[in-house]
Amino acid sequence: MLRRRVPLFGIALLAGLAAFVLIGPLIWPVAPTQMDLLARNQGATWAHPLGTDQLGRDLMARLMVGGRVSLAVGLVAMLLAVSFGTAIGVAAGMSRRLDGPLMRLTDLFLALPLLPLLLIAAALFRAPLAVRFGPEAGLFALITIAIGGTAWMGTARILRGEVRALMQRDYIRAARTIGTRAPQMIWRHILPAIAAPLGVSAALGMASAILMESALSFLGFGFAPDMPSWGRLLYEGTPHLGAYPGRALWPGALITLAALGATSLGDALRDMADPRRA
Amino acid sequence: MRSHALRRLAMTIPTLLVISAIIFALLEFAPGDPMAQLPSTIPPDVRAEMRAALGLGQPAPVRYGMWLWQMVVVEPGIALGIVADGDTPRILSWQTRGPVMTLIAQRLPQTMIVVGSAYIIGVIAAIGLGILSARRQGSAIDRAGTGLAAMGYALPPFFTAAVLIYVFAIQLEWAPTIYDTTLHVTGWNSFAAQMRQMALPITVLSLQTTAQITRYMRAAMLDTLGQEYILAARAKGLRERTILMVHALRNSMIPVLPVIALGAPQIFAGAIITESIFGVNGVGQLLITSLSAGDLPVVQTVTVLIAVAIVLANLASDLALPWLDPRLRDA
Amino acid sequence: MGDNFITKPSCAAFSAIALLLSCLPLGIPNAAHALDGRGTDGMLRILYWQAPSTLNPYLSGGVKDIEAASLVLEPLARLSPDGDMIPWLAREIPTLENGGVAPDLRSIRWQLKPGLTWSDGSAVTSADIAFTHRYCTAPGAGCAQADKFRDVARVETPDKLTAVLHFDEPKPFPYGPFVGPQTPLLQAAQFADCLGPRAPGCTDANFAPIGTGPFKVVEFRSGDAAVFEANAAYRVPKQPAFGQVLLKGGGDAMSAGRAVLETGEFDYAWNLQLGPEVLAAMVARGKGQIVSSFSTLVERIAFNFSVPDDATQPHPALSDIAVRRALAMALDRRTMIEIGYGAAGRVSCNIVPAPPAYASSANDGCAAQDLDGARDLLSQAGWVDTDGDGVREREGTELRFVFQTSANTVRQNFQALAKEWWRQIGVAAELRAIDASVFFSGDPSSPDTLEKFGADIEMYAGASDGPDPEAYLAGWACDAAPGTENGWQGRNVGNWCDPEYDALLGALSSTAGLAERAALSRTLNDMLVQQHVAVPLVDRGRVSAHSNSLGGIRINAWDSELWNIADWYRLPG
Repeated sequence: MLRRRVPLFGIALLAGLAAFVLIGPLIWPVAPTQMDLLARNQGATWAHPLGTDQLGRDLMARLMVGGRVSLAVGLVAMLLAVSFGTAIGVAAGMSRRLDGPLMRLTDLFLALPLLPLLLIAAALFRAPLAVRFGPEAGLFALITIAIGGTAWMGTARILRGEVRALMQRDYIRAARTIGTRAPQMIWRHILPAIAAPLGVSAALGMASAILMESALSFLGFGFAPDMPSWGRLLYEGTPHLGAYPGRALWPGALITLAALGATSLGDALRDMADPRRA
Repeated sequence: MRSHALRRLAMTIPTLLVISAIIFALLEFAPGDPMAQLPSTIPPDVRAEMRAALGLGQPAPVRYGMWLWQMVVVEPGIALGIVADGDTPRILSWQTRGPVMTLIAQRLPQTMIVVGSAYIIGVIAAIGLGILSARRQGSAIDRAGTGLAAMGYALPPFFTAAVLIYVFAIQLEWAPTIYDTTLHVTGWNSFAAQMRQMALPITVLSLQTTAQITRYMRAAMLDTLGQEYILAARAKGLRERTILMVHALRNSMIPVLPVIALGAPQIFAGAIITESIFGVNGVGQLLITSLSAGDLPVVQTVTVLIAVAIVLANLASDLALPWLDPRLRDA
Repeated sequence: MGDNFITKPSCAAFSAIALLLSCLPLGIPNAAHALDGRGTDGMLRILYWQAPSTLNPYLSGGVKDIEAASLVLEPLARLSPDGDMIPWLAREIPTLENGGVAPDLRSIRWQLKPGLTWSDGSAVTSADIAFTHRYCTAPGAGCAQADKFRDVARVETPDKLTAVLHFDEPKPFPYGPFVGPQTPLLQAAQFADCLGPRAPGCTDANFAPIGTGPFKVVEFRSGDAAVFEANAAYRVPKQPAFGQVLLKGGGDAMSAGRAVLETGEFDYAWNLQLGPEVLAAMVARGKGQIVSSFSTLVERIAFNFSVPDDATQPHPALSDIAVRRALAMALDRRTMIEIGYGAAGRVSCNIVPAPPAYASSANDGCAAQDLDGARDLLSQAGWVDTDGDGVREREGTELRFVFQTSANTVRQNFQALAKEWWRQIGVAAELRAIDASVFFSGDPSSPDTLEKFGADIEMYAGASDGPDPEAYLAGWACDAAPGTENGWQGRNVGNWCDPEYDALLGALSSTAGLAERAALSRTLNDMLVQQHVAVPLVDRGRVSAHSNSLGGIRINAWDSELWNIADWYRLPG
């Protein structure tokens, strides 16, 4: 009974958050940049249900816009990490020749101290990317690539194991003997078979990408003040925890809910894929 | 078995060389200027002279070779007392002009005491929670355990820290907000003070560790408890406690041990945020302040040392697994 | 397995620390009794959220390092909270009147107070002054304060207490070296083997310099904490009142403010760059108070006098003084300060706001926002909105500007405010926030630097180094405009050029009397402000906090904040 409810919980949470950031602005059409100098640092009022910041900007509107950034980072970084991880995992699992070098590469990446390198990379490519794609798109590209590029190893390892086991299965062997080409094989037989672990990786990857974005914002390597993500809003709100708790609690709660939703979705997918455990 | 161990051992050195070269190359291109934090009143030509005094004049491969030599020969030599300090150039920090190794040695106690014990506490809590949840799958304790794990993972640590500080340090005044690194435990009072100042950072850090490892532990334990030999043991009438703590635990640790071992080196870098919030000036805080000050020798040395720790932890778990898992011994 | 990995080194490290700390100041209570009053107030706990990395100010230009060192090392003269020179190790300030400065302005004669000793008991002599000059000017040292010694040709020591500094050229303001916390005296005996390239290697000396100040170093952990104890040989009897000082570093401004104002763990917290509401909420807990001080750091807006990307073309709109004046009039500096700085800022109508003698009173009244006046001014100058798009234009030129600054919360707030006020007078602004590491990099290959000025309007902060503004004001000379010929290094970012200003600068560089220099500086400042070359917004000060139980504090933005730490004491109760 409990197991049946759990996937719904994760999906409902994520769908709710997506609705909040995508449909929310249509229902609550206050501009996130609109200042109201007479209503600065307010608590919850009818005009501003979640209060305002030090310039009198509406926190609800800012959270809706910020959520778009945060969820987009989570989604894109996750897609990057998962596609990279899948490519490497599947290649290593299918080809004995590639297995060695690719797994060495994965081990090498696992042995790198990732957070420091992420910070170095964030400092390193900030300016060039901003020049190339403009300040906002550049920063977005930098953060998603940095997070995605350092989060693919787990996926690669798990999928390699799965594919390895799969290659011993009779139907794959049969497909091989009749000369099915590799791309077709991957598309028709392998990807469907590893969909479950892939989904688990993707859900967990999204949770960790959202959390990583907030950590980067906290350390000063995240988004600029004029492009506030949930992480950035939380970072700016924490000093006000005593006087205006909502400024920190709302973005903090949204980040937590997003990560919670993604993790429980991943857990539920895992349980569903593994009937013994469910 | 022995050849496997030797093969793994042989791989570590090239791996570490490649990693140190990658880190050096990355830092080489980094735009960080060691003079960037100086007041704007210091003119450009003085900055240029200061930069020259840091030894930045030589080409990159020479500096990498120099660093490697210092790292592999000079510093261990000085540490072991073979090479006399002062004869050979040590790795010097740009920011402090002092030896990097001295800095790291000063930071290790804080890191070990706070972050290390948080990791141990977190791991023990995770194993306990994992066993309890798996034992009574679906019970209230299982739901509480998995819920705690999920929350612990989903809460950003700086958010948890801010809330804990507000409640326990500011409102209740039970614990200090700043970790005093000069506090020396001499008696009960200073011991109590040490415990108080460790309480909040350890809570934040071990919550994260527990959250991550409980998930693995619970899954592994569930797997093991479903195995036939556990059913057989039960059928034989062995005490539940014996089954759980001896037979099931040992086998459940096989997949969890590598996770624990791989997480251990993160003690040095994974706690950057918590260290900087509580003023626990450990290795992580050294890394982040050096990074923002453009102090490349420190960044380079610390990241490579962390990589060494990761590789060694990996190796250790590889070598320890056969001891837990007899099947691997024969392979 | 995992346990072993962690506990073993930690035990070793723990015992090492125990060893270190066991040799900590056992002598302090004794010293306190013997000296009656010195060291009787116990330990003073200071928090610098940027941790000092060395105690040798010549090897690091960082404010945190200079201020930490000021407990130990002292200069010949310090600057008071008003920016006046106070003789410190010197008997008096040498001037033309008392004969200390030569009539040809080519030398200055400093005399040490008699009977000064270093904390190791040896005498302070003029040889230490000469040595300090040699230390900072030795080739290969990378001395951070080299600029202060730049024109000093040689130092003569006619007797044990007298040092004469000879300059290469006449110096109307000869108070560069040995005035202020950046250039204190080093002990020749301690640093004798640390000249030139050997300087960084002298770690023991750099981390524990011997000084003349009220405290001496007990233990220094770079980037973490420093422990000091009262200097038994300090020249003022019964001072300092505190026996030990713990100077802890690390964390951020938020945690520093909290530890003094909310939990009372520390006595003093340095440089609290926090939002006004945050500070106000902290102070409301009643455990401590904030103190602020101001020097010359002014947040300002600069206008581009030429077309961005083409320095030869005058700017179509901003070369009209009416436009510049209207933009300045539309700003409400009080609101900006209330939102951005609180106690750390005050309205500034001058580019040179201090010392008092140098601050002009001709521009007072800029604090009042005048939107109607700004609209009238634009209309009279022919800038009117004919096409009804809300933006004024004249002869095909619309008042649409790109407004850039570095990315930081306060500056983005200021940008948003200015954009809103300018919209109300019919001016459209497009905002750009550039990463601070790029904007302030001075990198000639980047288009987004302060100097390249690839926009119409930009905002940044600048300050004069020390009380004399000559070098600072020279930043608006015609030849200080950044360009290819000087590698984009100049500070005249707006490309403004006025021969009259350059002529007055020339006069300043050959005027010696302090009063005359102040008068000339005021005139130069008025030219900049009244022609709206730069619009001063906020005089940015330093805000620090101390606990209610701490007395004797006089915060100082000109010198080290800890300049008078010998006078600090614990209030009874």
